[in-house]
Amino acid sequence: MTSQAIPLHLPGDAPHEKIGVYVCHCGTNIAATVDVAEVRDWAGQRLEDSGVVVSRDYKFMCSSLGQELIEKDIKDLGLTRVVVAACSPHLHEGTFRGACKRAGLNPYLCELVSIREQVSWVHTDKHAATDKAKAVVSGGVERVVQNTPLEPLHVPIHPATLVVGGGIAGIQAALEIANAGFPVYLVEREPSIGGHMAQFDKTFPTLDCAACILTPRMVEAGANPNITLLTWSEVVDVKGYVGNFVVTVNKKARHVNEALCTGCGICQEKCPKKVVDEVYEAGLGYRKAVYTPFPQAVPKYPVIDVASCTFFQKGTCRACEKLCPTNAIDFSQKDELLTVEVGNIILATGYDLFDARRIPQYGYGRLANVFTSLEFERLTNAAGPTNGAIVLRDGQTTPKTVGIIHCVGSRDRNYNNYCSAICCMQSVKFAHLVKERTGAQVYNFYIDMRTTAKAYDEFYQRVLEEGTLFVRGRVAEVTDAARQPGEEGQLIIQVEDTLAGRQRRIPVDMVILSAALEPRRDAKATAQRFGLSCSADGWMIEKHPKLDPVATMTEGIFAAGCVTGPKDIPNTVAQGAAAAARVLGMIQRREIELEPIKASVNQEQCSGCRICNNLCPFNAILFHEDRMVSEINPALCQGCGTCVAACPAGAISGTGFSNEQILSQIDGLLMLNVARQSAAVTA
Amino acid sequence: MSEQFEPVIIGFTCNWCSYRAADLAGTARMKYPANVRLIRLMCSGRLDPTFVMKALAGGADAVLITGCHPGECHYIEQNYKALRRYLLLRRTLGGLGIEPARVKLVWASAAEGAKLTHEITSFVEEIRSLGPLHWPQWDGAETSAPAQAPAAAD
Repeated sequence: MTSQAIPLHLPGDAPHEKIGVYVCHCGTNIAATVDVAEVRDWAGQRLEDSGVVVSRDYKFMCSSLGQELIEKDIKDLGLTRVVVAACSPHLHEGTFRGACKRAGLNPYLCELVSIREQVSWVHTDKHAATDKAKAVVSGGVERVVQNTPLEPLHVPIHPATLVVGGGIAGIQAALEIANAGFPVYLVEREPSIGGHMAQFDKTFPTLDCAACILTPRMVEAGANPNITLLTWSEVVDVKGYVGNFVVTVNKKARHVNEALCTGCGICQEKCPKKVVDEVYEAGLGYRKAVYTPFPQAVPKYPVIDVASCTFFQKGTCRACEKLCPTNAIDFSQKDELLTVEVGNIILATGYDLFDARRIPQYGYGRLANVFTSLEFERLTNAAGPTNGAIVLRDGQTTPKTVGIIHCVGSRDRNYNNYCSAICCMQSVKFAHLVKERTGAQVYNFYIDMRTTAKAYDEFYQRVLEEGTLFVRGRVAEVTDAARQPGEEGQLIIQVEDTLAGRQRRIPVDMVILSAALEPRRDAKATAQRFGLSCSADGWMIEKHPKLDPVATMTEGIFAAGCVTGPKDIPNTVAQGAAAAARVLGMIQRREIELEPIKASVNQEQCSGCRICNNLCPFNAILFHEDRMVSEINPALCQGCGTCVAACPAGAISGTGFSNEQILSQIDGLLMLNVARQSAAVTA
Repeated sequence: MSEQFEPVIIGFTCNWCSYRAADLAGTARMKYPANVRLIRLMCSGRLDPTFVMKALAGGADAVLITGCHPGECHYIEQNYKALRRYLLLRRTLGGLGIEPARVKLVWASAAEGAKLTHEITSFVEEIRSLGPLHWPQWDGAETSAPAQAPAAAD
């Protein structure tokens, strides 16, 4: 009795199923912590009563040889159920289900239990880990007996795609899909597409002008008949699922009739109200109350900013209305809710710049001549507020010395732990531009130089040769308090030069802060709207950081560009194209297979209590008043199982996660434990 | 009995958050005690209180319930239903003479492998100090049974 397990099935009660158990070594990933042979033998002997007829181990079950092993057993031994003890089902469930399917076994009769992520990788004690692996295998065996053969659901894919965010990632994705012949809705919340890239002057490392390479793409996107541009618009609601999303977009009132407007610009010229442009000009320049953010804006139609328009605030003026040659100004326009149906969604909502005021010792917002990277981009931009002249905040003085501080808000445990990826190259670019245009002495203050992509390090070497000085050390403070002669009237950068091994005070005329890229301030709300999750930093989580970087955990929703983390332009464009390729693949398939995890009501057992009716957030449960029973619409059911758990009559069952499956799994998981306890009692 | 008591704990996880957090804990090679055995559900809303009772009756010393943070449910709001059931379940357990602390609810997002690791570790510690689960003996055979229990047994 001491070593005998309590059988879950009565002796003489012959098991109905023939189960094969396959324990994977995963090289040494599992085998180093779990005694694989012991688990194999234990399952073969102790789980015989549950129906295990064969138990094997193999170095790599997921390899083609491992899969063939399973297929051969299914055919030769007539297995009716398969349990694979290996990695997480999120990694290889599809692999082993495929093997079963090839051998003629319904794929849903295969259970993958995790003894890697949940056992060998998180435990160190080999004995305890092996015991837990046995319990996990036993849970899988008991569960798989209750599995039922299922057929995947076939869902048609709507050929249209929604792209959220009109920066370079969104533009690239939209163009790829549109050029392949499928319709795209490109939603952008600003009045024009273009995103951050439209604000830049030069791009590293080639120094080609951002506008020269971006604006043709913007025009192309605006002119493509397959792309519906929805600027000055925001997604407010997303319903449905892969293949069939129903998206509500709030098209904010432009107060300009797009059908009549020719984009002549007279309204902008004549508008008497000037306001600081906090978005496009980063606070350095002005725009009118009726405006397009920049001359090459796509679409060309301006918007009226209600908060600053004299007519909307005071009821007078109407200058734009009077002077518009086509009578396109329409003060009565209202926000409009549009509903679009799409099969897939690409999220390309980009980033926000770190607010440098959060680091008070760097003086941004307090010391006039401390600039952020985005301000400097506008300063050097030929179309910017100074026409490209690099000058101090007074608008005329050319700096003679400039300090550029890297990693402002990045690689700093007080703000963001991550590296913002673009700041090194951006700072090197700034150094080159300052040198080229003003001849000023430039200091770069860095922690480490990260110039990893094609032609990046060559550009860094070139800037080094131009005579820019690089000081290794995190800047402690930027101050205007002169302590030594020669510092008066200047900004002094206090830094520990870690290569020279001493403290330095370097007086400069201008400081540029290479601020971190941060998730959008409303990233969390966006994630909730689209049913995605954010990492602790706030970036959207991709399905797999290496192997599936543009997919998300939610089928049919993809992500491109900085929405998943800081990226430079080449990577952003590559992701836009990659996401488009994934969407095109989905569209070409016309329909996809979905997991058949759905709830259904046994109409015989349903008492008509209606408890389940209010539990479903997807309105999938309807109540038949005539027959007094509830029924679940499988097209709307998302498979959460809340109604299954709530039904007092046990009339609702959920495929894939039935009561029988879970209760049996609990039995299996505890089997070893029960055996121990009874052994202790009898000892 | 000089050996440390090692409880057996059944953990219910949500496919979208806490199961992925457990995967992440593994991928990041975080360490936690081997006492917890996890079951994957599609949602914490799927958790039928029967599962918890079944686990406790079947030999588990405690049950861990995990789900998405409030407001982050993959199915919009079903984790709130899990929360309601959890609160009722604790009261029911208390009424049965079982320490409510043997059932714990933890929110863990897919990114919170470290949080899940920490919660599992501290829960195992809590249950170790609580000791093995003894169901009250209604027939009066066990001296540790509550005083009023035999009367209720009849």
